[in-house]
Amino acid sequence: MSNQYEFKSRLLPYLLVLPQMVIVVVFFFWPSAQAIWQSFFLQDPFGGRLIFVGIDNYLKLFFDPSSSYVDSFQVSIIFALAVTSLSMCLSLFLAVQVNRKMKLSTFYKTMLIWPYAVATMVAGVLWLFMFNPNVGVIAWLLKHQLGIEWQHLLNTNQALLLITMAASWKQISYNFVFFLAGLQSVPADLVEAAAIDGAGPVRRFWTIVFPLLSPTTFYLLVMNLVYGFFETFPIVHQVTAGGPGKSTSILVYKVWRDGVINLDLGGSSAQSVILMILVIGLTVIQFRFIERRVNY
Amino acid sequence: MTEHSLLRRFTPHLYLWIAIFILVFPLWLVFVASTRTSMEILAAPMPLTPGPHFLENYKAAIMQGNKNLGASALMMLKNSLIMALGISTGKILISLLAAFAIVFFNFKLRSFCFWSIFVTLMLPVEVRIMPTYKVISDLGMLNSYSGLILPMVVSATAVFLFRQYFMTIPREMAEASQIDGASSVQFFWHVLLPMTRTPIAAMFVIQFIYGWNQYLWPLLITTKQSFYTILIGINRMLSGADVVIEWQIVMATTLLAMIPPAFVVIVMQKQFISGMTDREK
Repeated sequence: MSNQYEFKSRLLPYLLVLPQMVIVVVFFFWPSAQAIWQSFFLQDPFGGRLIFVGIDNYLKLFFDPSSSYVDSFQVSIIFALAVTSLSMCLSLFLAVQVNRKMKLSTFYKTMLIWPYAVATMVAGVLWLFMFNPNVGVIAWLLKHQLGIEWQHLLNTNQALLLITMAASWKQISYNFVFFLAGLQSVPADLVEAAAIDGAGPVRRFWTIVFPLLSPTTFYLLVMNLVYGFFETFPIVHQVTAGGPGKSTSILVYKVWRDGVINLDLGGSSAQSVILMILVIGLTVIQFRFIERRVNY
Repeated sequence: MTEHSLLRRFTPHLYLWIAIFILVFPLWLVFVASTRTSMEILAAPMPLTPGPHFLENYKAAIMQGNKNLGASALMMLKNSLIMALGISTGKILISLLAAFAIVFFNFKLRSFCFWSIFVTLMLPVEVRIMPTYKVISDLGMLNSYSGLILPMVVSATAVFLFRQYFMTIPREMAEASQIDGASSVQFFWHVLLPMTRTPIAAMFVIQFIYGWNQYLWPLLITTKQSFYTILIGINRMLSGADVVIEWQIVMATTLLAMIPPAFVVIVMQKQFISGMTDREK
């Protein structure tokens, strides 16, 4: 910042940052502080009286089996990992296919990019419509052609599979954009040199292209985990509502449900704090990495 | 490239067409359903070609909406548009101002401000649902556009992007404009803004889509039909358990909800891609 020419004014810079700072304080810092504060209290839902309970809310989450928080953690991890690996593998594969001189490549790119515009919630609706046991075309096919009864509101595995497919489907174009940009920055002469040396396309990809892509891959890995953990609330809310039972109640869904529906303020706040720690962890990993790459 | 055999040239096309099919098929079904009657959709399997009820269904969706919803698609599209435009322009505006202050001024709280904005990256709505809801309700902003927009207009990514961009502008330009007698505000308005057009366009595409596709926040704070965004409307139409879902109306509304963001992505594809991938740097 120091190599910039600086204007001289005492008041103006404060006026300029004021709108941003007001919103940051009112809608970010204050509520976050509230969440931390409330996580140590138990609120009586009728009188609104606060009772200090120390770290009881946290202990309850992890050690009281009725809170099913550990299960929620487990399903979130499975879900996030499944979405991340499925959508990243598919996107990388597709980006490799497009990244060559070929007819229609502009058309292909557009066709693969547009789903980015689809809201996560709408992705849920699209997949729900295909797999709805009563009207879904795919559900019908599964039942009448393959003899598989699709009942994602009753079958735990099917529910998890459905939200995983919907969430991955939506994320393909995001990953695709980054992988394609990454592939385009791989120097062509390097790949050609390897080809002249007799390396086949598969070997060229794994020994030259893929290692050069690793910054993109790592960035996407973190972003996809963040997506899987935090941004998939709309799909769960729309498609399974956390069910059957609580089997697809991922962390962000649970924090919403316990707070908004069950009005358990203390428990929900404690969950918020845990989620905050998770996001901070992921962000730190990300920036550590970017820093390293700058030096490299 | 190095390979010449016909098969090798053909297979990528095959894979890509399969992928496009998987991406487009759900959309096609939505379109087909939106041109059929409720009866035809319920008579599984539903037909896979469009029917003759296009105009009728869309007219019903746009003018009245689902019978039990009490909100028309037109009104909900308007709400979504106000929210998306409010969030995207708001973010760009206040981020430009903040980045301008941080890069071109030296003031005491400069790094404090920068880091405060940066930290918001780590506090998405999902992790502070209840207390933020309480703030909005204390401020009397439930069921209001300002409640939908204001908490969303802070953007660490936009401040970053503009800061990064401003830092590449040669300091001589600011110096020269001041020698010519321009104030800092004039410099911002006449020199800096015109130069920043490309990053602003890129940011707009990304933030418009972000704003349009907001779900959890409107779900929390809109309880009146007149403030439903289109996504909330779709959710409400599908959640009526006892009533028979009017699939043709729901699907017409779903398609309508997809058009504005898809339009922005396709028309501004170049800005969109540069805006996304620049963020990483």
